[in-house]
Amino acid sequence: MSARPASPFARFALVSSALVLVALILVLPLISVFIEAFRGGVQAWFEAVSHPDAVAALKLTLWVAAIVVPVNVILGVVAGWALGKFEFPGRSLLITLIDLPFAVSPVVAGLLFILLFGRRGWFGPWLGDRGLEVIFAPTGIILATLFVTFPFVARELIPLMQSSGNEEEEAARVLGAGFFQTFFRVTLPNIKWALLYGIILCTARAVGEFGAVSVVSGHIRGQTNTLPLEVEILYNEYRTQAAFSVASLLACVALVALVVKALARKYSNERHRNDEKGVR
Amino acid sequence: MLPGLPVSLGVTVAAISLVVLLPLSTLVVATGSMKGAAFRAALASPRVMASFTLSLGAALGAAAVASAAGLLIAWVLVRHPFPGRNFVDSLIDLPFALPTAVAGITLTTLYGPSGWLGRPLEALGIKVAYTPFGIVLALVFIGLPFSVRTLQPVLADLDPEVEEAAACLGASRRQIFLRVLLPKLLPAWLTGFSLAFARGLGEYGSVVFISGNMPMKTEIAPLLIMTKLEQYDTAGAAAIATVLLAISFLMLLALNRFEAWSANPTGRAR
Amino acid sequence: MAAFAAPPPVSASAPAPPPLTLLNVSYDPTRELYQEFNAAFIRHWKKTTGQDVAIKQSHGGSGKQARSVIDGLGADVVTLALAHDIDAIASSGLIAKDWRGKLPQGSTPFTSTIVFLVRKGNPKGIRDWEALARPGLSVITPNPKTSGGARWNYLAAWGDALKKNKGDAGARALVEGIFKNVPVLDSGARGATTTFVQRGMGDVLLAWENEAILALKSPGGDRLEMVAPPVSILAEPPVAIVDRTVDKKGTRAVAEAYLRYLYSPEGQSIAAQHGYRPRTPEAAKVRAFAPVKLFTLESVFGSWEKAHAAHFADGASFDRIYQK
Repeated sequence: MSARPASPFARFALVSSALVLVALILVLPLISVFIEAFRGGVQAWFEAVSHPDAVAALKLTLWVAAIVVPVNVILGVVAGWALGKFEFPGRSLLITLIDLPFAVSPVVAGLLFILLFGRRGWFGPWLGDRGLEVIFAPTGIILATLFVTFPFVARELIPLMQSSGNEEEEAARVLGAGFFQTFFRVTLPNIKWALLYGIILCTARAVGEFGAVSVVSGHIRGQTNTLPLEVEILYNEYRTQAAFSVASLLACVALVALVVKALARKYSNERHRNDEKGVR
Repeated sequence: MLPGLPVSLGVTVAAISLVVLLPLSTLVVATGSMKGAAFRAALASPRVMASFTLSLGAALGAAAVASAAGLLIAWVLVRHPFPGRNFVDSLIDLPFALPTAVAGITLTTLYGPSGWLGRPLEALGIKVAYTPFGIVLALVFIGLPFSVRTLQPVLADLDPEVEEAAACLGASRRQIFLRVLLPKLLPAWLTGFSLAFARGLGEYGSVVFISGNMPMKTEIAPLLIMTKLEQYDTAGAAAIATVLLAISFLMLLALNRFEAWSANPTGRAR
Repeated sequence: MAAFAAPPPVSASAPAPPPLTLLNVSYDPTRELYQEFNAAFIRHWKKTTGQDVAIKQSHGGSGKQARSVIDGLGADVVTLALAHDIDAIASSGLIAKDWRGKLPQGSTPFTSTIVFLVRKGNPKGIRDWEALARPGLSVITPNPKTSGGARWNYLAAWGDALKKNKGDAGARALVEGIFKNVPVLDSGARGATTTFVQRGMGDVLLAWENEAILALKSPGGDRLEMVAPPVSILAEPPVAIVDRTVDKKGTRAVAEAYLRYLYSPEGQSIAAQHGYRPRTPEAAKVRAFAPVKLFTLESVFGSWEKAHAAHFADGASFDRIYQK
């Protein structure tokens, strides 16, 4: 990382204006979440986050992430292989379709699942006859979250798998490696940072999704309420401090994920100093 | 030729069909079941048109601001190491992770008339909360990571020696930026812009708190979708949603075509 | 990632399912009321039948909640902000069309009205509906298109003008004048209260009487004051059993007992404590309600269906305020 020739003053101006932007747009909101959360002291914060409804919401949220993230990882890697390693007509359309959930308003995303599985939806009567609950139940929340987070892993992997080329894999094949051996020994090490980054973003979004989940959850407290919905409920009950306490848990999830990413990169850089290129 | 295309492509197409296309087809069917006249009527009211204008304008404006700020931040993060850089780098993803409702409430608290930043700004005669400006602010927050994260890897791959060589040959800073950097950055920059735009166009949770929701003035299109749903008008909601979706889809498709077109042997820039 | 690796299954978090569960789908302001009422009913049901019952709550905007029930949210009972929303559920076939006659007083166990919340000392001297249209005043109300409470606000102002024989033109002028003074239209009643109380926006908030009473008790409430207008609307938030659900689950008896218990002395007294106007004179002694001359929606607008078509449907009178 060598700096380009620039006067110390220009450099200082650049760095500080970037920092001011980051501070105004990102840091201040983050800090204010924690200030509001601890306004009533640590005791009040702890009471808010250990309330049975908050704990139930936390469990549901983690459970949703524990299902959605692995599914996205598998689908993302498979999609990365098909769309990153091969050229064929229609490829750019498929990539756009994977991107599409980014472009769907979360509110609309929730509506889609109502239209599919709601009582008057396409599969609603069929499910109703069999007593199966999808919408207004954890299943519906999982499906809506899967839709919203679908692009995250694949979107990170496809460009990287394309740009890293096929030569290494082809060489491995020539040397007699099987498909899985090639994948785990050659491809995976090349994409692991992009994969990790995708997993982190996917996890963060799965945990924090509000709009889509709000439409399909039914808001039954202690049953179909996720953490972000619990925040909204508490806020609407004029319990601002409790709302921000629960929100601070979500901010912590975000921060922990980011620290994991930073540590993993650092650890790996120390082990393979020459492995820097193509990181991320 | 590597193995695994049929299987992996099959799984990918199946996953896209089930996870993305099946749900979206309900929207198309719901809209398709409307008569052409009803569809036009749902969209033609001045209120709906005003919300489209606002949503498009705010999403474009926010994407532009996020792209400009994103370039500056990405540049500094890659080229100018400073103490705490890793921390700042990690923070960039915060908007992805923070639930949009929390972001909305927090931004309104900060920039509202009695907030830490809102009060001094109001003293200067600048109103943020409950104006289109507030909507843009919320969307910049949502869009910033898209811009930074798409530019960062490309900047990291750029070799400063090329710029130094250009400088040695007598190129001005402006020329270096326009002739050397911009062509390389442009695809990633546009990607970040389009993603921020597409996300901003549909954003709801963070905006409703800070926008004020005044019809004809600060009412965004996704809020109108909610309004239509409140009135049991699913078809009307679907009509607005379809228009928003079509705009985002065309934008993303154009972007992916452009990326494919500008791809070079060393890989597509992201 | 370790933190996400092994969350226990969701089912483990709840105790073994009790023999009976009811789901009450309600609108936003009733959270505190039903929290207390549910506990009372659970005790009552245990004492009279020896059976345990668990009651789950779901709250949200009245229209949104009704739509969720229509789309399959398995509510045993609905307790919503306006009859129009229960009618919508009824027209989808989940509730018998004649639901209003199934329980006393048009299936409305308690009522409320619309009052003004102002800054301490009432610095702008706001006493009645006409004052709200004064140029330069700032009025906070949620959006009538998305909030049940806001529809009552709107109809109260309109009805006040009609009661003063100003005719439809006078009523339109008054309502237009009021909404010209509105700087922020939150999507729900709670959002509007937050805007007024915590963000310090506006000179006056139009609110449910029970919401105003609650806001006075919540943080920042000591800097506010409630003003009851001389005339206002009798807001009737109705309740109903969702026939389709209770017949399927076999919970009709307990669901009916639950709603009927709202009319009991204990139910009425809990409602009064939370600022709702009870139906029985005994319970009304719990709290002194401001003397307001109340008119019913039917007496002025005929029915919810007509009021909705004339005022809140797309392109109706509310939309026209903003489309000039």
